[in-house]
Amino acid sequence: MLEEIGKTEEGDLIINIGPQHPSTHGVLHLVITLNGETVKKVEPHLGYIHRSIEKMSESLSYRQFIYATSRMDYLSSHINNHGCALCVEQGLEVEIPERAQVIRVLMGELTRIASHVLWWGALAMDVGAITPFFHAFRERELLNDLMEETCGARLTMNYMVPGGVMFDLHPNFQRRVHEFISMFKSKIGEYDELVTNNAIFINRMKGVGYISREDAISYGCSGPVARASGVSCDIRKLYPYDIYGKVQLEEVLDDGGDCYARYIVRMKEMQQSLSVIEQLIDNIPSGDHMAKTKAVLKLPKGEYYSRVETARGEFGVYIVSEGKMTPYRIKYRSPGFSNLSAIDHMARGQKIGDLVAIMGSLDLVIPDIDR
Amino acid sequence: MTSEALKTAITALLPEAAFEDGREWLNVRIEAKDWKAFAERLRYQPGLDFDYLFCLTCVDWPAHMDMVYHLTSTVHRHTVVVKAKLEREDPAIDTVCDIWRTAEFHEREVYDLFGVRFNDHPDLRRLLLTDDWKGWPLRKDYEDPVNMIKL
Repeated sequence: MLEEIGKTEEGDLIINIGPQHPSTHGVLHLVITLNGETVKKVEPHLGYIHRSIEKMSESLSYRQFIYATSRMDYLSSHINNHGCALCVEQGLEVEIPERAQVIRVLMGELTRIASHVLWWGALAMDVGAITPFFHAFRERELLNDLMEETCGARLTMNYMVPGGVMFDLHPNFQRRVHEFISMFKSKIGEYDELVTNNAIFINRMKGVGYISREDAISYGCSGPVARASGVSCDIRKLYPYDIYGKVQLEEVLDDGGDCYARYIVRMKEMQQSLSVIEQLIDNIPSGDHMAKTKAVLKLPKGEYYSRVETARGEFGVYIVSEGKMTPYRIKYRSPGFSNLSAIDHMARGQKIGDLVAIMGSLDLVIPDIDR
Repeated sequence: MTSEALKTAITALLPEAAFEDGREWLNVRIEAKDWKAFAERLRYQPGLDFDYLFCLTCVDWPAHMDMVYHLTSTVHRHTVVVKAKLEREDPAIDTVCDIWRTAEFHEREVYDLFGVRFNDHPDLRRLLLTDDWKGWPLRKDYEDPVNMIKL
């Protein structure tokens, strides 16, 4: 710390935000150099919730390590599991039943809506509006109930396993999804009335935290953060997995590059997810929900990489196998880690109050960054 | 570019580059000393334009370490995996964070967990662990009797 203070000029102020601060949504610690109210530098200090899931995974079997990944990006736990399952399946070379593929995509898109809804409420709260947070939790609760019925969990799902999904759908699933769709469609209009078109909100978001297309690529941004700068990077479209290649899905792009563009991209993505769910919910093929796999999984010697689109961006799983029961090395490429690294670039020259809006617009989930 | 075309282009860039069996993508093995110049060509040479470094990591083998870089191009949509072998004793390689800004954080992470030094890195400090942490946890010979639970 003393060295950092040495680098600053006279009159600069160094303040800490976090690790315990409501707007960091977890244990993120930012050391901010200020000149007056203007941000000169933002330096993230990570690791407050680092559990070294990569090291743990090296001593877990290919069925077990997936459970740890639910605890990284806990708002996209389905999609984390999905990425890991896909990576293991590459090595197993099993054919996944179509029913399982559809269920996975359905669950993934419901997760995306749940995650984006929570982000919407939290972002609005960050910039000073309390009400949307309660609206967001009301809607998310329905999704949690719906998942609980099928998966038995509300947060750490552990539902997608190599070969398919762990259980078949609950008999109520289709009915409840239909109920959710019709309810949520009316709510999205309410969200726009409450927040999207709100003059105060627009003032807080427009022109704040700009990042250009080139910089977004260079910083390795992905997901809505990159797409709001006009980078086409939706893994579901570019490298379709499971049945994403067969559904109608539009990649949401915006060239604003600021917090408001990131906001708009996520709002539109919710509607895209709804559309995917609507296409699939009445066309779930019958059949098995899981392919037959051996009791003990072993991947042939080699390297495997799978990438999926979580609510926050590109999640990659890199497995190096030596042909044993446990992986030799696993690397999780988490979207939040790269997105966070751009925060210094986005916040420089902005006011300290805007930093909270920038953080909110990045949709950070700290365990996803620290792993 | 297809993998075959990439292979030709890369051989023209760096004749010493060796190719390995990749499942999905072209795998290139290079010498650590060639990395910086090679990375610049991969990034800026028209036709290659590898502008997106989507994964940077390290693998600890019994006798050596491998740096693994996953690169893709948002223009041409081709992907390449570059690997460089490092000594286990005092591993070091040039930084590429001036070419791909995302490398700054990823290299700090690799330094933190594997102890790989990145030459000319502007801010090479521990990222996830505390500054006074001893050892490099993701190395295979790392032992920590307090924090590690053997399963």
